[in-house]
This record gives sequence, structure tokens and C-alpha cells, in this order.
Amino acid sequence: MAKNVSNKTIDNVTIRFAGDSGDGMQLSGGRFTQTSAVVGNDLSTLPDFPAEIRAPAGSLAGVSSFQIHFSSQEIHTPGEKPDVLVAMNPAALKVHLKDLVPGGTLIVNKNAFTKKNLTLAGYEDDPTEDGSLVDYYSTHFIEMGKLVTNACEGIDIPSKMVDRTKNLCALGVLFWMYDRPLKPTIDWLNQKFKSKPDIVEANVRALNAGYNYGDTAEIFTTRYIVEKAKLPKGKYRNMNGTLASCLGILTASEKSNLDITFAGYPITPASNILHTLSNWKKFGIKTYQAEDEIAGIGAALGASYGGSLGITASSGPGIALKSEFLGLAVMTELPLVIINVQRGGPSTGLPTKTEQSDLFQAVYGRNGEAPIPVIAPKTPGDCYYATYEACRLAVKYMTPIMVLSDGYLANGSEPWLIPDPSKLDEFSVEFAKEIKNEKFLPYKRDKKTLARNWAIPGTVGLEHRIGGLEKQDVTGNVNYDSDNHEKMVEIRAQKVANIANELPKTKIFGEKNGDVLILSWGSSHGACRAATESLLSEKLKVGHVSINWISPLPKDLGKILENYKKVLIPEVNTGQFRQIIRAEFLIDAIGLNEVQGKPLGSSKIEEKVKDLING
Amino acid sequence: MVDKPILKKADFESDQAVRWCPGCGDYAILAQTQKIFPEITTEKEKVVFISGIGCSSRFPYYMNTYGFHTIHGRAPTVASGLKISNPDLSVWLVTGDGDGFSIGGNHLIHLLRRNIDLNVMLFNNRIYGLTKGQYSPTSEQGKVTYSTPMGSLDYPFNPTKLALGAKGAFVAKTIDRDLKHLQSMIKRSSEHKGTSFIEIYQNCNIFNDGAFSELTDKETKSDRVLKVEHGEPMIFGKESNKGIHLDGTKPQVVTIGDKYSIDDILVHDETDAFIADMLSNFTASDTFPEPLGVLYCVERPTYDDMMVDQMNEAKKNTKGPKSVNDLLNAGDTWEVK
Repeated sequence: MAKNVSNKTIDNVTIRFAGDSGDGMQLSGGRFTQTSAVVGNDLSTLPDFPAEIRAPAGSLAGVSSFQIHFSSQEIHTPGEKPDVLVAMNPAALKVHLKDLVPGGTLIVNKNAFTKKNLTLAGYEDDPTEDGSLVDYYSTHFIEMGKLVTNACEGIDIPSKMVDRTKNLCALGVLFWMYDRPLKPTIDWLNQKFKSKPDIVEANVRALNAGYNYGDTAEIFTTRYIVEKAKLPKGKYRNMNGTLASCLGILTASEKSNLDITFAGYPITPASNILHTLSNWKKFGIKTYQAEDEIAGIGAALGASYGGSLGITASSGPGIALKSEFLGLAVMTELPLVIINVQRGGPSTGLPTKTEQSDLFQAVYGRNGEAPIPVIAPKTPGDCYYATYEACRLAVKYMTPIMVLSDGYLANGSEPWLIPDPSKLDEFSVEFAKEIKNEKFLPYKRDKKTLARNWAIPGTVGLEHRIGGLEKQDVTGNVNYDSDNHEKMVEIRAQKVANIANELPKTKIFGEKNGDVLILSWGSSHGACRAATESLLSEKLKVGHVSINWISPLPKDLGKILENYKKVLIPEVNTGQFRQIIRAEFLIDAIGLNEVQGKPLGSSKIEEKVKDLING
Repeated sequence: MVDKPILKKADFESDQAVRWCPGCGDYAILAQTQKIFPEITTEKEKVVFISGIGCSSRFPYYMNTYGFHTIHGRAPTVASGLKISNPDLSVWLVTGDGDGFSIGGNHLIHLLRRNIDLNVMLFNNRIYGLTKGQYSPTSEQGKVTYSTPMGSLDYPFNPTKLALGAKGAFVAKTIDRDLKHLQSMIKRSSEHKGTSFIEIYQNCNIFNDGAFSELTDKETKSDRVLKVEHGEPMIFGKESNKGIHLDGTKPQVVTIGDKYSIDDILVHDETDAFIADMLSNFTASDTFPEPLGVLYCVERPTYDDMMVDQMNEAKKNTKGPKSVNDLLNAGDTWEVK
């Protein structure tokens, strides 16, 4: 049954899987991602799900989606408008169709377009019947429900279970279109449902049904080939920000021989850090689910006081609750790592959407003069390095450090060159040693770093008292003297500032001087890098600097900013980093700001830069 | 056990000047603690006092052990994290009725529920001292203070009942003026494995003077205080002729004599939750005497022990990844050449 299929090689594709929360779209997206990673594409993903666990089936509120951008070139973003939209029901079509590129490919599960579902989605007429789609898109109406029912005939499982394999059917169609192997998914299914052979069988059949449908149905005439990306040499895997952070923590533990105590309270989108670490007891990581956010950081600080490295993680509302303890950690000068996986705010805000709007909270959000270092990872994989550095420097400088991640980084993924932990900066720990007949001075400092000693209970001769009241320099005794207070405020600030001595030279991507510098922090890195690459290819004089450390800022940044006529700061907030840069360097930095609960797109950045150059 | 010389009271006294108001009940509690500690441990480097905020929470500064003066209400969280990270330590928590029951109420109940091996000394003076005299969650209803000129409207907590309700496995009560009893309760608490909770009635002579005078004045105390001891009948009164008799499930105060003999008096069993609950109900009652002593003491596995067990159990699993390197290289990987 040879049909006429042509192969077309393309550079990159963005696919969005969309369906009801119960349709398994995250799974389809995840498997497509894993397979694309294994075939060697560069990729970037953006899962998007509703805040409600089970919104009413078929409703607009219940739509869940997963976008993947994959390429034979190096890419930095999950893509903006999808080239392919898979819509598993009318609500998914309604919500996502507006994003599909004109002429894009639309794959629709025809069986879900029932009268009830159409009404729930607010359609008066069935868009798959009225011809409104076929004129604008390359449209494929596939009866996936029927396909899987036929495929699973003879397997003894309820019809409801059969129907739930539709997501594998859709995945099969996409695998055919982009010429991807089925084996990794089949292996994965066998592993995941080890004890349920019927479920494996049904899912494998559904996957094959989709693939074969692409192969035989006359409607598909082209297959697209996306070649391997030319990435730096080495061993790769797919990596998301949550796992990367956890691996960073474990690496810190192994390199330093420090015990880790992670204490936290469940909150979207940070809970997965607690889940992952809770499975790593065999590596000596203790986890503690506290009664609230405050108790989470309190227990972490207590653990640090006892000689473990205390770590906590949360998101904006939880960080707000933790802030008094951050002040105590600043005052008592104990190591502590706080991971903020940012989400849309204020208040409960947009729990499942991403935002970069906790920057001020991280840098300034405490009473009194309470500076803490803040590091922001740039990509999902960079969460590994940022978290490791936070652990290392928290101990070296005896300070709390905040890692400012976000929902996009935590849940997003990318192919990742697997690091060799032995090549990371050394991480050694020295506790204060037992003394006799001599008074211990808990606030005596290392001359270079200004860090005080880490003196842990159980050590003979070091009995001392710490707390939130102002400390006398050197002795650590409670002290209300005005000159001492001012001196201690200065010491604490200087200690944080000293971390700038650790930072590598700032890298400039693109032109070292010119018309516009795009300055980004954290997860805006990808969109800014993609925009810069595109602008450079048009011979525009632009550069990109991507910042990890917000506090302290790199020492060479000020000089770099002077080399461009204009500085543009794109960020997913209303201009928080811009305000910091303006205040710090007295330059007229320009903002590009969006707060739509999703990462920035690169095209807007490109347009903005062109506007700036053309005056 | 490390063979170390016996310490003296002075070994537990820090060099910091004590700064409570003259006449404050806290002095007595501090002194009795320092006095009894040589009997509790020879390894003072393993002792940590952790407090929140309030008058009582200055306590760690005056003990020559490790100490951590944390933030308002949150001492249980720091103490919990410390104990699970470093289970060898002897961790003591000093808090007050405001710190422990108002701002920190949530942490205290969860601590008791988890049964982490910590010792809680809650100084109850039924007033806010450090902020200069507002009513507290244990103040009697109708209390006139700066913030309640027409009398407070809230009902007070019953601390021992709250502790029992939160699954506290060691619940005791004592008073600042009864020095020996105070010492013995601290000692008992140190011997108990799990969260031990001692409520210590403490007189604030500035803002709530005489709150417990009925229990300390020579004329009244014998009739108002019931010292409970495990295995002993619940007898009190000047003539030691009053006792608690159970009529069905109802306790009543009876006089030993014609109608009731010593055999009719309820014998305290500190492992009996029903008795503990009954005794906790006597608090601030007109009918019954105030029970002092160990109301309840049972052993149950501690969170910190169970955590150590889980860690050891997990480490026994030799299958799967052995190091971060294994985890980094786990799952689907591919080479770019």
C-alpha cells in the first residue's frame, strides 16, 4: 500500500499538545521530548497546566498543554507560536487555535467534538464541520477514540481505560510525521506499568495505531525530518530545572561531606523538589515536611546551626512567610539555601504560571538592613550549577543565599551536557574546633571573606549563644551600642559584597560594544539569546549579557554597560531588574516587560531592539 | 557513656548579667535549672537551649551551654530542625504563654504531635510582660489590661489539656515557687524520650502579680494544690484529709473520714490518658485543686528515632544509583560526537 509521501528536511518545529486535564497531554509532550532528545535534537519545553487539579471535564478552565520546540540548530526558547497544534477536544481548540501559525498543521481528535463538549467550549457550530478550519490550516480530523477502540479490541480492560490511551495515539501520529522511533516510548511504558501488562498492551497498540494511521491515511503526504543538532561534544540527557536543582544539592553534599537537611512545605511549583529529595535518603539527605512555610525555613536554619546544610524551597507566597527567618539567618550568620521557584503574583496569583516578579522580594524583602546574595539560574540545566554555587558560597560566607528560579525553569527541560562534578569548584568545610581554657569568640571573622566560624553544638569549649538581637563585634554578645550596630550593618553588607570576588568575568555574547546591549537575568536568558542571534545575523550591532548573580552584581558589569548606546532589559515583571540597574549604575536602561504568566518570546525583543536602533 | 567529671551549678551559669525585673519568677526557674543540670548531664557541650521571643526567651543567654534566641513563636521549628539534623544533642526549648500559645501555637502543637525528643519549658505568667502588660492566651476572661480596658473577651487556653490534645506523651505542671518540685519536674522531663512538656506557673510581679498566689500562699496552698505522683492516692489539704474520688466517671473532692477511706481515693496512674485528661480539667477550677506533677507520661516512638531508622533502611538498599554521578547519568542518555 505504497502511498506517495515526500520527506522534507526542516530546521525547527514547535508543537503544542493541548487537551483536557485528564487527556494526558503532559505525558504525550514528555514522551515526545524524551524521544527528540534521544534522536539528538536541541529542544526546549513549556508545560502549562491549570491551577485546578480536576477542572470540569471539557471546560475551558480545564485545558492543559505542553509545548516543545525542537531543532537541528541550537535553540534557547520553547518557541512562540506553534507550527503544529494537537487539539484533543473543543475546549483545547478554542483556547489554543489563536496561537497556531497561519497555514500551520492542526490535528484534531474528532471523536471529542460532541454536542456537550462543543457547548462547554462555547461553540455554537461544530468548527470541524463548518469548514472554518480547513481554509486556514493544514487540518487533520482524526477519530482517535474510534482508532484506539478498534486497536484495543480483545484486551480485557474497561472501555474507559481504552479511551484514555488517545494521548498515545496522538503521539503516534506525531512520531510518524517527524520520523521518530517508537521504541523509547514502548520501553518506557513497559517500565512504568511493569505490573499491568494489559495497560502496556493497550497503550502500545494505541501508539502504533496513531503511527500506522499516519503511514496509511492518504491525508498525510509529507514527513518532516529534523536532523541532529550540532551541540558541543559529550554525553547528554534531558534535564528539567527541578531535578537539576536537586542534583546540585546532592553534588554539594558529596563534595563537601556535609549532611543535607531539606525542610519545606508543599507549594506549587516548588513541591517537586521536596518529592525528589525525599527519595534520596540513601544518599544521606534528610527531608522534613514542616507544618507551614515558617517551620520549613526554621527547621532548615536549626539544621544549619547543628552542622548540616539546611535548605528550603518555596514560591512567592511562601517566601513572604519565611522572610522573618531570613533576617535571623542574616543576623546569626549561618549558612542556608532558599530556593524560590517563582510563580505569578501577587498573593496566590497564578500558581501554575511563571513570572520573574519576586526579584525585589528576594533582594530587599526583609526588615532592617538585611542583604542576602541572590543567584538566578538561566536555563533548566543551569539550575544545577546555580544551586551548587548557592550551597558552596552559603557555607564559605556563612550566609543565607536565595536561588531565584521560576516555574518555567523548574518544569521546562532541555538537552543537557552531563557535568563532571569533580570539575566544579572545590567545596570544603571546616567547623570550629574544640578549645580549652580560652574564651570562644563566635563573631571573629575570616579576614578575606568576613565569614564567622561555624561552631556546632556538641563541640567542647565552644558553648556560646546566638540570636536575633544585635551582636557585639567579635564576641557575639548582645549589644545595643550605636557605633557597634552601624559597624555590624556594614560588616554584614561587605560580606555579601565580597562574593563578587568569586564571580567569573562576565561573558558578552555578540558585539562587545555597539548600539544595544540586551541585559537579562535568570530565565529570560533563552529569549534574549535567541533574539540576539537573530539580530546578529542581520548584522546589527547588539550584544547580550546574561546575569546569574543579582546580588552582588558582577564587578565588571558597570564598565560593560558603558559600551553600548542603549541597554534593554527584558523581564517577566514590570521592570524590577531595570530599577536595580538604574539605581546601581545611573543609566537610562529601557525595559521590555510582560506579565502574562509565560516566558518572554524572542520576536518582541527583536522588534524592540530594531525600534531602539532606528530611533 | 563518656566518663566525665560531675559538673557544678556554676558550670551552667553564663557570664551575662541577668536582666529580668527584680522579683520575677524567672530567676527561680533559672536557678533551679542550673542547680539540677549537673544531675542531668556531664556533657554540657551537648546541651542546647532554644527560645523564641518574650521575657522567658532570654533564658538561653544565661545558661552556659549552647543557646539560640530565635524569633517570636518559632523556637520549636529551629529546635526540631536541630534535633533531626543532630540527634545526639539534648535540646531544651524555653517559651512563654504568648510565644508558645499565641504566635507560636501552631508550631507547638505540631511538635507535640510529632514527638521529637525535645524538652519544652513553658513559662506561663498569664500576661505579656516584654510588651508591657497586654492579656495573653492564658489570661482569664475579663482581664483588664492596656489593650483590654473593659476586660478581655477571649476564653483562655488550658495548656496541659491543649498539650494532651496535641498527643503530647509527657505533660507536667509545676510552679516557680516550689523549688524542689520544679527541679524534679525538669529532671523527669530530661529522662523522658520524646517531646516533654512542662507548664511552669510563673509570677510576673510587674504586670500580673499574684496570679498564682492561691497556690503559693501558706494559708491557701495546701487546699488549692494537688501534688500528683504516680502510684500515689490523690490526697491534699492542710490536714491531708481531702482527696479525689471517682463517682463513676465523675471526679469529686471528698473528705477522708466517716464516709470515705483512703481506699476510696483515686490513685494516680500517669500512663492513663483518662486520668490525665481529668486532671487537666481541674486547671483554674473553683471546685478542684490545681494539679501539679506529671499528669501524663507514656513512651511512644520519637520522630527523630524513626527518621534515623528510615535513613538506615534506605542506605541498606544497595540497588540503583550509588552516587550523584550515577544519578546524573541515569535515564536516557546519548553521545554527541
